[in-house]
Amino acid sequence: MAYSDKVVDHFNNPRNMGSFKKDEEGIGTGMVGAPECGDVMKLQIKVQNDTIVDAKFKTFGCGSAIASSSLATEWLKGKTIEEAQQIKNTDIVQELNLPPVKIHCSVLAEDAIKAALADYQKKAGDKTEAAT
Amino acid sequence: MKLPIFLDNHSTTPMDPHVLDAMLPYFVEKFGNAASRNHAFGWEAEEAVEQARKQIAKLINADSKEIVFTSGATESDNLAVKGVLEMYKEKGTHIITSSTEHRAVLDTAKSLEAKGLATVTYLPVDKYGMVNPDDVRSAITDKTILISVMLANNEIGTINPVQEIGKIAKAKGILFHCDATQGVGKIPVDVQAMGIDLMSFTAHKMYGPKGVGALYVRKKNPRVRLVAQMDGGGHERGMRSGTLPVPLIVGFGKACELCEQKMAAESARLTAMRNRLQAAIMEGLEESYLNGHPTNRLPGNLNISFAYVEGESLLMGMKDIALSSGSACTSATLEPSYVLRALGVGVELAHSSIRFGLGRFTTDEEIDYTIKKVIEIVTKLREMSPLYEMAKEGVDLKSVQWAAH
Repeated sequence: MAYSDKVVDHFNNPRNMGSFKKDEEGIGTGMVGAPECGDVMKLQIKVQNDTIVDAKFKTFGCGSAIASSSLATEWLKGKTIEEAQQIKNTDIVQELNLPPVKIHCSVLAEDAIKAALADYQKKAGDKTEAAT
Repeated sequence: MKLPIFLDNHSTTPMDPHVLDAMLPYFVEKFGNAASRNHAFGWEAEEAVEQARKQIAKLINADSKEIVFTSGATESDNLAVKGVLEMYKEKGTHIITSSTEHRAVLDTAKSLEAKGLATVTYLPVDKYGMVNPDDVRSAITDKTILISVMLANNEIGTINPVQEIGKIAKAKGILFHCDATQGVGKIPVDVQAMGIDLMSFTAHKMYGPKGVGALYVRKKNPRVRLVAQMDGGGHERGMRSGTLPVPLIVGFGKACELCEQKMAAESARLTAMRNRLQAAIMEGLEESYLNGHPTNRLPGNLNISFAYVEGESLLMGMKDIALSSGSACTSATLEPSYVLRALGVGVELAHSSIRFGLGRFTTDEEIDYTIKKVIEIVTKLREMSPLYEMAKEGVDLKSVQWAAH
């Protein structure tokens, strides 16, 4: 299978690869997928004043899965929580020019974004609750 | 050293230049139809075909009359299994095969089953991918007409105890077909000693041309008969119609002759090279696991799973080395290798497997480069892997509740 130049670029030069400490202030962590399916994505966001100031990923999966999560972190940075909710897997498919058999990689990336946002919101909610 | 490096010699092999030399006269000058019995063009072609038949038969200790030319091993497998079933269906319709056969045998068996023409027993294999002859013996019923077990596996290189299976088949009067596609030309094959009645193999896996293969069909003790699967001019003792591709057959013959001459030295050289590759990779990378039999395997085969990294991404990271993976992402079905699964390799590790296939033209320099690249890319991808991170943190990955998708 031929990969698009963008997939190759993200694969060779992954953006924002790494991890934040899960219990650090303002971190939301999303982990989706399963090893037996051949892909697991961990996506983390760092939020300050409702804005995602940083994002990191680690991915076990094929080149397209790695590229999808790398791209997701790039897109997340600078977005508000509200804006981040709007990222769709189809945007990722389009940007990376993914073939039909690789669409599940983009779906996984969208799920990872959603999971990271939910985790952040849950933690933030718990904190507000604790404060009141 | 020239890049990319070809380390996928189980998929196909480059043609030996001597094979090409032998073939060249048979395209433009000596173009006759080997079935033309009444002129010099035909005689010349027929002579070349008969010469090739002898070269091929000699490599497997058969008689040249027992070689039936086909388009390749897939056709040979189809012809053997379907042809035998159709010929002997009055005697029975039970077939015994193994779960790690090539798709050309497995899918043929499944298609016969689906049409209600046969019942099939798929034997399990041990953790090295070997069929147990005792399992063959106990699977036999009074309706069994064919046992089809491969010589050497195309993914893991494990060599089956074919000789013992041949003995069992003979004792029970059941025909024994062996798909020897990966083995012929690489390891000694003797259809007499191994008790093989039908055997599939192909030229392009042994430095010959693509598009020609053979089915060995035993002529005596017993005389095997089969129903042709294609109607036509009745070539090849009525078993396979179609004008013989003379240049390809000449190349096939030459390839067999070369394999016979080179086998001992080539097998020793490839075994040493493969062992060096294996040792360097497995010493350089923790949690890398050998798939297949540690010693009883094809000289040029190495199959390793690298925990925590996915196979397709490994291949992508080693773009200048042609390799193959058991990862689902590299297969059309999106299922990881059924061969590795049959060995009991976990799905995760099946996704993480790489097959290295060394061949006649592989050099030490290429092996050095491959060792370096594999260690580099696996290390890089593990850094990127959340699974590796979790494992390092002491998380038992089996205890995690994964959201399967």
